[in-house]
Amino acid sequence: MNPLDFSVEELDRLFDLADDIEANPAKYAHACEGRKLATCFYEPSTRTRLSFEAAMLNLGGQVLGFSDAGSSSASKGESVSDTIRVISCYADICAMRHPKEGAPMVAASRSAIPVINAGDGGHQHPTQTLTDLLTIRALKGRLGNFTIGLCGDLKFGRTVHSLINALIRYPGIHFIFISPPELKVPDYITDMLTERGITYEEVIRLEDSIARLDLLYMTRVQRERFFNEEDYVRLKDFYILNKEKMNLAKKDMFVLHPLPRVNEISVEVDDDPRAVYFKQAQYGVYVRMALILTLLESADKDR
Amino acid sequence: MLNVGKIEEGFVLDHIKAGKSLSIYHHLQLDKLDCTVAIIKNARSNKMGKKDILKVECDINTLNLDVLAFIDHNITVNVIKDGKIVDKKELILPREIKNVIKCRNPRCITSIEQELPHVFVLADEEKEIYRCKYCEEKAGKSASAW
Repeated sequence: MNPLDFSVEELDRLFDLADDIEANPAKYAHACEGRKLATCFYEPSTRTRLSFEAAMLNLGGQVLGFSDAGSSSASKGESVSDTIRVISCYADICAMRHPKEGAPMVAASRSAIPVINAGDGGHQHPTQTLTDLLTIRALKGRLGNFTIGLCGDLKFGRTVHSLINALIRYPGIHFIFISPPELKVPDYITDMLTERGITYEEVIRLEDSIARLDLLYMTRVQRERFFNEEDYVRLKDFYILNKEKMNLAKKDMFVLHPLPRVNEISVEVDDDPRAVYFKQAQYGVYVRMALILTLLESADKDR
Repeated sequence: MLNVGKIEEGFVLDHIKAGKSLSIYHHLQLDKLDCTVAIIKNARSNKMGKKDILKVECDINTLNLDVLAFIDHNITVNVIKDGKIVDKKELILPREIKNVIKCRNPRCITSIEQELPHVFVLADEEKEIYRCKYCEEKAGKSASAW
C-alpha cells in the first residue's frame, strides 16, 4: 500500500531478489506458471499496467484485467470491495490503480488475494518508489551516503514525496531541493527532515548545485496540477536539463526520471551514459517481478 | 435545580462542555443500549459556568469510553459501583476511531463509497493527530464531528 510497509531489511531482500532476476532471468521464467495477475485499473495508466503485465509474463504467469473504469463494473456502481471479492475468485494476485485515495487499501481489507497499490490518486505509488530505490541501489551500489538533487515540481509531486520518505531511512543522505519558489517541497517534509537531523538545501537554479550531486531526480511539471494555463506555461520550462548542464555534473551523476517526460530533459541528454531513466523502466519490471514473487510466496504460506 | 437520582452501577460523565452531551450520547452508542440514561444539559458549574452531565446506569464492563478522550479530554469519568464512586477513569486516546469524524478529503475513496466506515488511526499521540486509514488525511481534535 505504502512504500514504507516494508522494513529496510525486507526491502533489501526484495532488491536482492530483483538483482538475481536481472542476473538470471531464465531461472524465474516459469516461477509463476499457472498463476494469474489481475490488473484492475480504474484510471488509465498504460505504462504502469504494461510494466505489471510484463513482470507477470516474464515469470511465466498470465494476466487479465481492465484498463479503465468505463469498461469495468465500476461504471455500473459496483464498490471496490465487491469487485475485489469477485476478482479474488479469478486471479491469484491483483494490482490496482484507482483515482480515489485509499481505494486499494479498501480492496486489500476485503480481498482473499494480495493487492498491490499501483497508484491511488495523489496519495501513494509504491512500486514507483521501489523502482527508484532499486535503480539507485543497482547503479550506485548502495542506498545511502550520497547527495541527491530533486528537481521540478516538488510541491505536488507524489513520487518525490514518497522517495524522500523512503530515503530518509538510510544514512548519510543530503537532499538538495531544486524548484521554483511556487513549487517548493511542503513544510511538513522539511520540518520532518529538520526533526530527524537530516541535512537539506533549497535552491532555485539547477546550474548552481548540479556539480555537487551524486544523483539527480528530475520530475515533470504536470499540467493538471495547475489552476490556470498561464502559470503552467510560465513554470514548465524553468528546469530543463540539457547537455550544457550535464557538462557541469560529476562523471558518475546518474539522472533519474519517473517518466513520462515532456521537455524537462532535452533529448540530447538521452545518449549520455549517465541518463538512466529508460534503464529505470527496466528496473521497474524487475522490482515488480520480485514483488509479485514475494507476495505470492507469503500468500501461499498463509494458506 | 433539577434532581436526578443516584445510580447503583454505571458511569457519571461530568464536566462535559455545555450542549455536547447529546453528541456524546450518540458516539457512545447509548441509543443502542437498553439502559437508563439521564442527559443533563446546562447544569450550573463553578468551574465551567455551564456544563452537561451524562448518567448511565449499566454494567461498567459493557461500555467502551475510549472515544471520549478524542472528543474531549476534560470530561471527568466517575465509575459507580454499589452506589459509590469507585474509580475516576483516565481517558486514553484510542488507537482507532470509527465513524466519529468524517474524512473531508474529496479525493478519498470514502467520498464516493458511502457504505465504508470512516476509520481514523492515531498517528501522533503527542500532537493528538489522527489520520484517515485510507487516504491518510490528517484530522486534529478540531475536526468536524460526524
